[in-house]
Amino acid sequence: VGVSRDDVRRIAALARIGLSEDRVDPLVRELDGILAHMDVLSKVESPKDAPPSPAMPLAADEPPSVTLDRAREDFAPRTRDGFFLVPRLATHDDGAGSS
Amino acid sequence: VSAHVRQALDQIARTKDLNAFVSVDAAASLAAASAAPAGPLHGVPVAIKDNIATTFLTTSCGSNVLKGYVSPFEATSARKLREAGAVLVGKTTMDEFAMGSSTEHSAFGPAKNPVDPSRVPGGSSGGSAVAVASGVCDIAIGSETGGSVRQPAALCGIVGVKPTYGRVSRFGLVAFASSLDNVAVLGKTVNDAALGLEVISGPDTARDATSADTPAPKLRGTAGDLNGVVIGLPKEYFPETLGAEMRARLDRAIRALKSRGAEMRDVSLPHTHLAIPAYYIIAPAECSANLARFDGVRYGHRIEGDGLRGMYEATRSNGFGAEVTRRILLGTYVLSAGYYDAYYLKALRARDLIRADFAKVFASGVHALFTPTTPTPAWKFGAISDPYEMYMSDIFTVTANLAEVPAISVPVGRVDGLPVGGQVIAPRFDEAAMFRVAYALEAELGGEAHR
Repeated sequence: VGVSRDDVRRIAALARIGLSEDRVDPLVRELDGILAHMDVLSKVESPKDAPPSPAMPLAADEPPSVTLDRAREDFAPRTRDGFFLVPRLATHDDGAGSS
Repeated sequence: VSAHVRQALDQIARTKDLNAFVSVDAAASLAAASAAPAGPLHGVPVAIKDNIATTFLTTSCGSNVLKGYVSPFEATSARKLREAGAVLVGKTTMDEFAMGSSTEHSAFGPAKNPVDPSRVPGGSSGGSAVAVASGVCDIAIGSETGGSVRQPAALCGIVGVKPTYGRVSRFGLVAFASSLDNVAVLGKTVNDAALGLEVISGPDTARDATSADTPAPKLRGTAGDLNGVVIGLPKEYFPETLGAEMRARLDRAIRALKSRGAEMRDVSLPHTHLAIPAYYIIAPAECSANLARFDGVRYGHRIEGDGLRGMYEATRSNGFGAEVTRRILLGTYVLSAGYYDAYYLKALRARDLIRADFAKVFASGVHALFTPTTPTPAWKFGAISDPYEMYMSDIFTVTANLAEVPAISVPVGRVDGLPVGGQVIAPRFDEAAMFRVAYALEAELGGEAHR
């Protein structure tokens, strides 16, 4: 099963990456080329009742107390009254398949 | 104190053509030098990779999406360095978001190998390796997801160490693949690497959940004997395809280890062939999630488009380079419905098998493993254009990231006049065993390590 042009458009939309049409074919070839090397993984035993082992035991995931050296206005692309400013939501089409 | 820092800044200026640095603030560094606290790194200049947050100098990750960005908070590793007296002299060139093995994927131009500037320094921490190899500083900080410190260290003829996953806090390290990422250290010598790692090691449980609650060990030592030390030679890391000269340098290093008293033992890590496929599923999958934050809303660059979605797509399409885009798309693909079981879960299972390989060999009485760090020395710029071929240059290093074990690359000589490294891998949290072997290897090879 290879990667199709529609697959590339669909995942680009999911990843919120704008793709011009001339980049679709090269990406199909590149992703197909990379994934061809991954076929060896299909032979790996993967029983459903044996979930992958956990990573290293680490400290509890508590919210960090981080104080910022600078105000948001200093590093955010656009702000107003201390809030991040984004384009109007009314124009936002969130259909993942739309393109 | 300031003299060392001034020398480092002068050397940065003299070696500007190597493009090791993306941002330097001489006045700020000199001011920091005059106020540096006492500590094990008092007044020592240190270069730091551009994906580790500092509150002066950029944290741009080699990416246009963060071009010129200065972090409003500081990474734990950067703070520990400063508190130990170190002076940060600049942020170093890297492949965009640490995705690459040559620095050719830097949005601000690649760094060049000081041994032969027509060749890559390795990556992704190539700028940090060049900073050390070109005499700017004896210690530099990089990061590792699949070999990004050990590989450039080997290609530039210096030492590079990746600690156990969790040994060093990742707070302030810009996330690429969180289950594989490590802050890591480059040094002119094994002792420099040990000193740098000692300073940044240890839990930071007050601020984050990325470090294990294990006290930082003393890592600095001296070269001694290796009596009673069993070193495994995994056959999968010495393939027929390894060049004859490379093989000869490794054999010389093995003889050096033996003459210090080590017992060499042939071992097998039978799932090694699954490492690159598993890595290049898991790392892109995690990167596709981690890099979702670069969307033009809270920091970095924004390019307006049609509404919110258009702004996201324009910002990300213009902000990310080709390799980062490829990996985000690959990661999105392998996590999407229908492919998650076929790729992502299989890759996690393969990672389990690789972890078990290491656990088994270390449980059999082997204290450390010795392998080549890379299959070849540094290649010419542009020589590798196929993405997967580039990925294969990590073939001997990704396993330590997948298995979360510590590993160090030490110079073992030159092939066609170019540096190559030997790698020592140890069990989790046994950096002491790794450094014992590394110190002995360095001392026994002496000047041969650079011939």
